[in-house]
Amino acid sequence: MRIFGENGVRRILMLTAFSAISALLLIALFILNEGLPFIFRYGVSNFLFTSEWIPAKGLFGIFPMIMSSIWVTLGAMMIGAPLGVAGAIFLTEYAPPAVMKIIKPTIELLASIPSVVYGFIGVMVLAPIIREYFGGPGLSLLAGCIILGIMILPTVISISIDSILAVPRSYREGSLALGATTWQTTHMVTLKAARSGIVASIVLGLGRAIGETMAVIMVAGNSVNIPSSALDSVRTLTANIALEMSYATGMHRQALFATGVVLFIVIIILNSIASTAIRKRKTYK
Amino acid sequence: MIISPKNMQRGVVSILTAATAITVLILIFIIFFILEKGLPVLSLNFLTTNPQDMGKSGGIFPTIIGTILLPAIALLIAIPLGIFTSVYLCEYTKETIITKIIRFATDCLAGIPSIIFGLFGYIFFVNTLEMGWSILSGGLTLAVMVLPTIIRTSEEAIRSVPQIYRQVSFSLGASRWQTVKKVVLPNALPGIVTGVMLSIGRSIGETAAVIFTAGSSLRIPTSLFDSVRTMSVHFYILAREGLSNQNAYGTAAALIIAVLIINILAYWTMHRFIAKRN
Repeated sequence: MRIFGENGVRRILMLTAFSAISALLLIALFILNEGLPFIFRYGVSNFLFTSEWIPAKGLFGIFPMIMSSIWVTLGAMMIGAPLGVAGAIFLTEYAPPAVMKIIKPTIELLASIPSVVYGFIGVMVLAPIIREYFGGPGLSLLAGCIILGIMILPTVISISIDSILAVPRSYREGSLALGATTWQTTHMVTLKAARSGIVASIVLGLGRAIGETMAVIMVAGNSVNIPSSALDSVRTLTANIALEMSYATGMHRQALFATGVVLFIVIIILNSIASTAIRKRKTYK
Repeated sequence: MIISPKNMQRGVVSILTAATAITVLILIFIIFFILEKGLPVLSLNFLTTNPQDMGKSGGIFPTIIGTILLPAIALLIAIPLGIFTSVYLCEYTKETIITKIIRFATDCLAGIPSIIFGLFGYIFFVNTLEMGWSILSGGLTLAVMVLPTIIRTSEEAIRSVPQIYRQVSFSLGASRWQTVKKVVLPNALPGIVTGVMLSIGRSIGETAAVIFTAGSSLRIPTSLFDSVRTMSVHFYILAREGLSNQNAYGTAAALIIAVLIINILAYWTMHRFIAKRN
């Protein structure tokens, strides 16, 4: 029995194909609609560049959260990006295929461990170590950086691996035939060719680090202040939303949505950069 | 000082090896740490009894129900939408500006942080559509969140079906939809299953998006409009409010075991898929 003809099927498929776009638009619409009016009423520069966040007094400056998010993310990149790219290079160029076969899925498993578990490990293992050896409260910017650095590893590694593997074999053979060592080949030929994919992997890792919420709430301490050292307790943009959302009303709630708007815009910009970089890699082949 | 290429090679390879070893050790440490502390707490009793005193003692039974129901609803919606989208992108249209926009939107959606999904779900499903903090709101929010994963993996699986299969089907007089239904999808199925498994894993572990849409009630739900608490949310509340470290470890161990099983199943299906292809 045929309910729909060929054309009917085509139309239904076309309709569902717009599901992703409509979801994205709906999200943008509802978040912007809830947050933008507040930003304009409060003043863009007041909202972004003042440091007083006292909801009870109607003061909503998110500058400390912006700085904390930037520092936590940069710190996480300093740990996650070199480790991740180095791991990807080792697995693709130097490790025997059998090792790659075991380690790659193991690392991808890291990606599916719930973020709350990372946070918990940070609280139970990392924070006491930091408290003991470096001082401070333990729950700190540094703890946030380390945990996020570990959390972005799988993103950086698996996308870097894909882009390194996409470099044609003949490139490496050409270089080796000219007498280059394998490392010379790797850094002068393979990595140059895989560059845009590796950049994309780092940018996507960056996006993940900025957007991570639960793990950061658990390990970073959550006090609103502009960090002056790595041992300070900090509150990121995401943590700010999640911590206060459950009881916020009125202006306060709008301010949290406005924080979401800032986050949303940053993420869309990062994603656009990453997807242009990945597309560049595809045309490179 | 100039380092000879040969020594450079040695140095770099040892650095790379060390970096990889560190990464793997961290993973092993995390899993073993949680299992070591959590497994002694895990028991049939722990899994099948209700929590007492906000979770300070007792089991985690209601949160298991939440952890099964939310991903189930999410997948019920995201699987058909995701597969149809990828079928349309791969089989029914050429590369146009519209497919490029769809792909870009999918990429963007995949990168949006879960807290934004939480905000969206709260304002859209919970408030605007008046579903309240409920299984339905949480499930729908998760559906939007895993949609890009399913679209991407299905697209890859469908593209990997050799062109010749389609040509044979067309030459036997099959229509496009018949070809998709009888030839393309069955051959792409294992790849699609992998994507589905990864989505289940992601939605089980999700906390930020769920806590603002499904709430955190510990009662056993009787309808789709009841609030539930998932294992991840329960674990988060136990750990953050310092209610019971012991029960937190137990819940974490149950979570990790669930995620491990799902991941292993995903890899197993994918490997069978690849083996069959070759």
